[in-house]
Amino acid sequence: MEKILALASRAAEEAEVFFTSSEETSVHFETNRLKQLQTRQQTSVALRVIKEGRIGYATATGLGDAENLVATALETAQFGSPARFELAAADSLPEVEIFDAGVAAVSNETMIKLGEALIAPVIRHTPDVICEAGVTRGTVTVRIMNSRGGQANYRKSFFSLGVEGSLIRDTDMLFVGDSESSCHPISDSRAVAELVVRQLELARHRAAVSGKSLPVVFTPNGVASSLIMPLISAFNGKTVLEGASPLGKRLGERVFDQKLSLWDDPLVAYRPGSRPCDDEGIPSQRTRLIADGTVTGFLYDLQTAGLAGKRSTGNGSRGRGGLPSPSPSAFVIATGETTFEEMVRDMKEGLVVEQVMGAEQGNILGGDFSGNVLLGYKVENGKMVGRVKNTMVSGNVYQVLEKVEAIGRDARWVGNFLLTPPIYCSGLSVASK
Amino acid sequence: MTIDAVSQQLAENIRKYDADYLEARLEEAQTSHITYRGRELDSIGRSSGIGGNVRALVKGGWGFVSFNNFEDLPGRVAAAVKQARFVGGEVSQLAETEPVVDSVSEKSDRNPAEIPLAEKKRLLDEYNDIVWRTPEIQTSTIGYGDSRKKTIYLNSAGSYIEQERIDFTLRVTAVASKNGEVQQVGMSAGSRGDFNPIQHYHRQVERLARHAVTLLSAPQVKGGEYTVVLDPVLAGVFVHEAFGHLSESDFLYENDRLREIMKLGKQFGSPHLNIVDSAVQPGLRGSYKYDDEGVPATKTYLIREGKLTGRLHSRETAAKMKESLTGNARALNYHHPPIVRMSNTYIEPGSVTFEEMISDIKEGIYAKNWYGGTTSMEMFTFSAGEAYMIRNGRLAEPLRPVVLTGNVFDTLQNIDAIGNDLDMNQGGGCGKGGQSPLPVSNGSPHIRIRRCLVGGR
Repeated sequence: MEKILALASRAAEEAEVFFTSSEETSVHFETNRLKQLQTRQQTSVALRVIKEGRIGYATATGLGDAENLVATALETAQFGSPARFELAAADSLPEVEIFDAGVAAVSNETMIKLGEALIAPVIRHTPDVICEAGVTRGTVTVRIMNSRGGQANYRKSFFSLGVEGSLIRDTDMLFVGDSESSCHPISDSRAVAELVVRQLELARHRAAVSGKSLPVVFTPNGVASSLIMPLISAFNGKTVLEGASPLGKRLGERVFDQKLSLWDDPLVAYRPGSRPCDDEGIPSQRTRLIADGTVTGFLYDLQTAGLAGKRSTGNGSRGRGGLPSPSPSAFVIATGETTFEEMVRDMKEGLVVEQVMGAEQGNILGGDFSGNVLLGYKVENGKMVGRVKNTMVSGNVYQVLEKVEAIGRDARWVGNFLLTPPIYCSGLSVASK
Repeated sequence: MTIDAVSQQLAENIRKYDADYLEARLEEAQTSHITYRGRELDSIGRSSGIGGNVRALVKGGWGFVSFNNFEDLPGRVAAAVKQARFVGGEVSQLAETEPVVDSVSEKSDRNPAEIPLAEKKRLLDEYNDIVWRTPEIQTSTIGYGDSRKKTIYLNSAGSYIEQERIDFTLRVTAVASKNGEVQQVGMSAGSRGDFNPIQHYHRQVERLARHAVTLLSAPQVKGGEYTVVLDPVLAGVFVHEAFGHLSESDFLYENDRLREIMKLGKQFGSPHLNIVDSAVQPGLRGSYKYDDEGVPATKTYLIREGKLTGRLHSRETAAKMKESLTGNARALNYHHPPIVRMSNTYIEPGSVTFEEMISDIKEGIYAKNWYGGTTSMEMFTFSAGEAYMIRNGRLAEPLRPVVLTGNVFDTLQNIDAIGNDLDMNQGGGCGKGGQSPLPVSNGSPHIRIRRCLVGGR
């Protein structure tokens, strides 16, 4: 790394080397039994240079061939966009706990037992359900150094487990599933298995909805699969800069229900989405995006912030190995006061939406979502009476979240990117056949 | 270290391990990308990658180790074998295939690594200028990518296959905005081997920019059931998403209920319906000579004259279902083991013209262009970037993007007209099991579907 930086610094005004190395092991279960063990090792290096004011970029696996990497980055710099930032200077990074040495110590046997314990309760409840399950442990190391003396170096551990079940009767198919992740080892898979058993229990009966406007409770999984994508795009500083975010000109305005608060939080201890700095070495910070319904901020990396005349919020993310670009670390939606049961009890006729398929295919920029309810339950007179099929739910997040009925009291992590309570909305368009 | 040297070293040793089956796949790839967001170039970069994996089968259990550090190769192989042994407890089953030694180079008009970045950039500048000449365009994104990849596959039965492929992809999105309304239209195109086709999208780019503006004043369709006509792009997505994935035998082979549903010989549609997956058509993005288990590619009729006649296999699923190999085990890259995937999937053309197809529709929807699509076995949902009402046999007003959903079995039965105008889309990338985007192509002529559920307000 030092060699690459030294070579690049000699040829360009500024240079930054980003190195990442990861190793993970996972066990896979198919059709209720153990099928495969996998180990993956990967290292890669990315070099960003600023030469004659323009950005150049090259990546390679391993540590690559330093001369070649520098030459390629310099070649691309001839055409690169003008740099509107200075690389991160030496700075102290916040303390965030994301490494647990216990993760690497979890044996394959233990992971297999965890997988078996995910599947067993599910098939005990419904013997003909077919489960796929996976348990993964791993560590990742990140090192960043640049020509302005900026440096970062951290290690993160991660552990996750999940199960998906499918149940087929005639041509009727039901899909259930849930997962959990942490930077700690997860020692008990029962909680996830219980959630799946509950889904099976609720889906035991079928219920029909007629197409119309209905109230809907989105569970945390439901929020993730229908409402979040448009918000991720709208709060991206780049979308704002381009004038394509419906929220771009509404900073300081109350756009959402007063009960709604949202922030980006890379500092939650032992969450796989957390980190002490972003992929440009900018210290992590909590960024408020919606405070009591009012739009309070957007997410920036260095270049986008430079172009927009803002400061980086420490949200530069390298995604699939490309140049840094603004991206949330983890969205957190503030909890409210209503329990999930109270929300359901409040509906005369409505839906509980747990999983929506394809919602992100619509006009995300404009806030539209529309998708098939893969797992959802009909509510009649305050009770969940059965699962709905062949049903589409559609809406526009800005209309739906302008006034919500209630925000749930208990939040849950969905994957690594969202901590949310259930959200109770009214007036969603429901089409069914 | 080059992958040739690594493979030579592995080839000498791979038979020495105590496994029922052992394979290694080594890759080296060079890629470049250019993206524009708005008027400005957003990112330009080049990458090079090298890596490999070893997969072992012992008593029905699989071990898989991927790496891009080539030190201690024997250790990697031993680790994969150990993992497989740890998992195994049954009898390994793999369909027989002859060992192959071959080298397949790519036919290409230009090596992407030798096309000057300046030339690639100039082309994107032209496309971007076209988008920005359109009034009321708020922003645009253009993404260009190319890759050249060489793979060496070898296994414990003596196969040693070297294959090369070159891909070009182009995506263009135009975003229009007015009075707080935002609408976008996108296209994706691709080319296997040749750069030339990527250089001729000026007219399509102009059309899509204009259409984004048109959508600002277009109404949203009222949700409900309609007769829907799909253009070749969208029908191709439908056949891939809704039906194609059900033909992937790794979903089926251990699932008795699903096997019952997908029983060969069953009537899935009317006799004019023929659906094919074929990796042997030259020049398509989903094509290859050997899959990632070293099995020769084939053309497979999934549906012939409305009846289910075939499905896609890996060596394991073919053995377990006692069916013939089709050569459909594919891996995105060396980080992943091969799984059953499609290649080029299409509905064969019929005889109906587009005009005939819409002529007797009183109120329906003409849905065009790919926006996205996903499936969950029987249920599919996919969206059209462009849509129009059909009224009294004619195309009428443009609509906001529509989302179509339904049950694949009902929908296939409800296809009542198949056009004469097969067209293959090269812009597709398929995702499955965390491996995305795998190059595939989809195609179809125009098709008409009765009673299709459309989401709206």
